[in-house]
Amino acid sequence: MNAAISAGDTAWVLTATALVMVMTVGLAFFYGGLVRPKNALNTMMMSVVALGLISVQWVLFGYSIAFGHGSPLWGGLAWLGFRGVGVDPDPAYAATIPLQAHAMFQLMFAIITPALISGAIVERMRFRAYVVFLLLWATFIYDPLAHWVWGAGGWLQKLGALDFAGGTVVHISAGVSALVAARMLGARRDFKRTAIVPHNVPLVLLGAGLLWFGWFGFNAGSALAANGLAALAFTNTNTAAAMALVTWACLDLVRTGKITAVGAATGLVVGLVGITPAAGYITAPASLAVGALAALVSYTAIQIRATTRLDDSLDVFSCHGLAGTAGAMLTGVFATKLANPAGGDGWLAGNFAQMGVQLVAVLATVALAALGTAVILTIVKATVGIKADVRAQLRGLDLSEHGEEAYFGEQGAIAGPGTALGESVVVSAVATEPLGAPATG
Amino acid sequence: MKLITTIVRPDRLAEVKAALFRAGVTGITLTRVSGHGGEQEIVEQYRGTTVVMEFHEKVKIEMACSEPFVQPCIDAILSSARTGEVGDGKIFVQPIERVIRIRTGEVDNAALTAVNADAVQREALKHVQHAGAGAGAGEEES
Repeated sequence: MNAAISAGDTAWVLTATALVMVMTVGLAFFYGGLVRPKNALNTMMMSVVALGLISVQWVLFGYSIAFGHGSPLWGGLAWLGFRGVGVDPDPAYAATIPLQAHAMFQLMFAIITPALISGAIVERMRFRAYVVFLLLWATFIYDPLAHWVWGAGGWLQKLGALDFAGGTVVHISAGVSALVAARMLGARRDFKRTAIVPHNVPLVLLGAGLLWFGWFGFNAGSALAANGLAALAFTNTNTAAAMALVTWACLDLVRTGKITAVGAATGLVVGLVGITPAAGYITAPASLAVGALAALVSYTAIQIRATTRLDDSLDVFSCHGLAGTAGAMLTGVFATKLANPAGGDGWLAGNFAQMGVQLVAVLATVALAALGTAVILTIVKATVGIKADVRAQLRGLDLSEHGEEAYFGEQGAIAGPGTALGESVVVSAVATEPLGAPATG
Repeated sequence: MKLITTIVRPDRLAEVKAALFRAGVTGITLTRVSGHGGEQEIVEQYRGTTVVMEFHEKVKIEMACSEPFVQPCIDAILSSARTGEVGDGKIFVQPIERVIRIRTGEVDNAALTAVNADAVQREALKHVQHAGAGAGAGEEES
């Protein structure tokens, strides 16, 4: 065993890794509850399939592209198949934990990021097209972007951009890609024709709760050590989520006279998004401001989006793209070496130039995500075909794409195709002696 | 013989059922239905989406009654389902041509008489005596 490895640090990072893994499951519940029952499985599978696909991609070549010691633009192919990714620490990332712990921790980020995009394209995208999109997006957008910001020698890192746990890499990139994807895919057949409302709000709350829980791993784990920085990030994470929830509830109360559950769930997630880039660089009082402002920006954007023809179905751009941008810019405002001596100073600490650096990081992320997503979707559209036809959308994608139902016998329109009225016939089961039926022979 | 169909508020169902049983009407069929009447629409908010629920949840109860039971049945429903607010529902009374009990092949009034008719009648009478004159009037609504 390498002497530099710290048992405490390794234990925390491995724990945090498992916490972040649960976030993708939470996301499946969060998104799954927000769609209609006939698309619940399809929507949840968009997150679940990422757990499988991206894990495989990561070991084969993803981690190498993102974190190999390559050029400022990408990590290269030296670590293909985890060759050289062993139990010894790599001081470029964390001197006290095995490199494999770092690889697995980062894998969970790579899994949830493209899954976030799925919220914009639910209830209408062919599943096979989504899977191809997922693989290409992870490889050509997420992996290089992660290298720019966190990889050894990445150009945004060298520039001094502050992104503690992935405000740019994860949330802005996913949010902007979601916007582009929603536009290119077009609206759902029922969009603005009938009321489309969440089918299971308790699932939404369950998912939001799991996201909050997992986010402690996401942010506090990004310290890559069990130390004061992890505690700072933990504190800021909870504070911002709480503040955003309270802010959202107040905005709901003022606008409609009632506090909503979907609003509370959305608000807390937005606060978590906002604090992500800032978690390890700002003080606890500043995280109150980050939570409140992220909620304000996102809430306003959702109200405006609802008046447009844009079918960003679950408001991924408003919740992740804009709250992520707010968080990235607010990091430039509130960052202070009083909170984290190894971090940086922002505007309020007398370093206005940091705002410029943050802006460059945001714009570079937006450019790569928007252009990359447009190119990938154009290719997928031309080869695999991208949109479920009207008939499939009416039946629901659970039936048309997966051949199963979240709530057996209850889906589709009344007496529509696929509706099981009365008893179903089991085709694949072995025929047995009928119970209680009169013998025929 | 009459087919009595009534549409009532779901939250009055328990009282309506109790009143009908007391009146001796035990053969009933329930359906959950949605309907539009004079009631104010419910507004729901989900993020940026405002949904106006134009249809209200109601319960439809259907029962076939022989003639002596028709008026007590109507009285029972009126006394138990009424709140005085818009949206209390309706009662429809239609003639029935034939009734056949599938188990025995009995027809018409014989088919409508409950199997435990004697017990039901005794129970119903007890309540009529308790409530005094005007069967079903002044139910226990508290």
